[in-house]
Amino acid sequence: MSLSPSSDAAALEAVVTVYPRPGILDPQGKAISQALERLDFDGVTAVRAGKVFTIGLEERDPEAARQAVVRMCETLLANTVVEDYEVTIRAVVSGEGES
Amino acid sequence: MRSGVIVFPGSNCEHDVYHVLKHVLGQSTRYLWHKDQEIQDCDLVVVPGGFSYGDYLRSGAVAAHSPILAAVRRHAEAGGLVLGICNGFQILQQANLLPGALIHNRDLRFLCVDAWLQVERADLPFTRGYHQGQVIRIPMAHGEGNFQASEEQLDRLEANGQVVFRYRIDNANGSARAIAGIVNERGNVLGLMPHPERAAESVLGNDDGLAFFAGLVESVAASATSGSPLEVA
Repeated sequence: MSLSPSSDAAALEAVVTVYPRPGILDPQGKAISQALERLDFDGVTAVRAGKVFTIGLEERDPEAARQAVVRMCETLLANTVVEDYEVTIRAVVSGEGES
Repeated sequence: MRSGVIVFPGSNCEHDVYHVLKHVLGQSTRYLWHKDQEIQDCDLVVVPGGFSYGDYLRSGAVAAHSPILAAVRRHAEAGGLVLGICNGFQILQQANLLPGALIHNRDLRFLCVDAWLQVERADLPFTRGYHQGQVIRIPMAHGEGNFQASEEQLDRLEANGQVVFRYRIDNANGSARAIAGIVNERGNVLGLMPHPERAAESVLGNDDGLAFFAGLVESVAASATSGSPLEVA
């Protein structure tokens, strides 16, 4: 799939993950980690519990899309005092996000 | 003192505050709707507790971008008094009117208990009804009241005297440095997790919270008499 902007460029969506910054107390992640341990899943060093958002976009230029979504993260989606975020821009899988 | 109490979809403590200000203290009090663009002539704006917008996304995150918050921000920047209780504290943080973050309680449980709070400074409009070092009993009820900030920020808060209320005896939610309530640098925007409005009448078995609101009324009256802007001593 090509992500270069052109008139027939693929529709884009963003996948945003938001999770507690390492070092910040993450009670959910800790509880999940302890549950995994109780279930005898060995070798888990740490669990962080976060959120995932998929955001359909009108923008067809991947770089412009990324910049817009980063602004969304800084403004609303993440609490940057205690959370980190990652943005992935990808072509919408056929049949999703477009009418 | 003229007060406005903001109502968001999902607020559930607005009437408690309204009742204390209007009926217990006899002050002019009105509700402000989250879609309002103005706070009108209010001296004090209260952002009450509850679950604004269902607390979707993150406690206070959506409310922080509601139309009324732009008016609250202007009021705060002009030196006006703003009080955020519980969800209101979370909203003021999300709106960057107060520093830090309130995350899940350490033990992941919703805590509905009386908290013992030490009043760290009594020179603020919010605390002039108390004396420094006084310990008061105020109920709290929250799932996300665990105050966190970076070590540098915590040091800065302490150095600036911005820590106003601290949990004593039991820091049940795990807050950094047992912080229960903070004020902005200017001293006119305060947020706290416990609910003074739920303990402001002796008929409720506890009126430790009444001095909180009575002190605000006194402060506003004093500044009106002196004609000086309301500032911290």
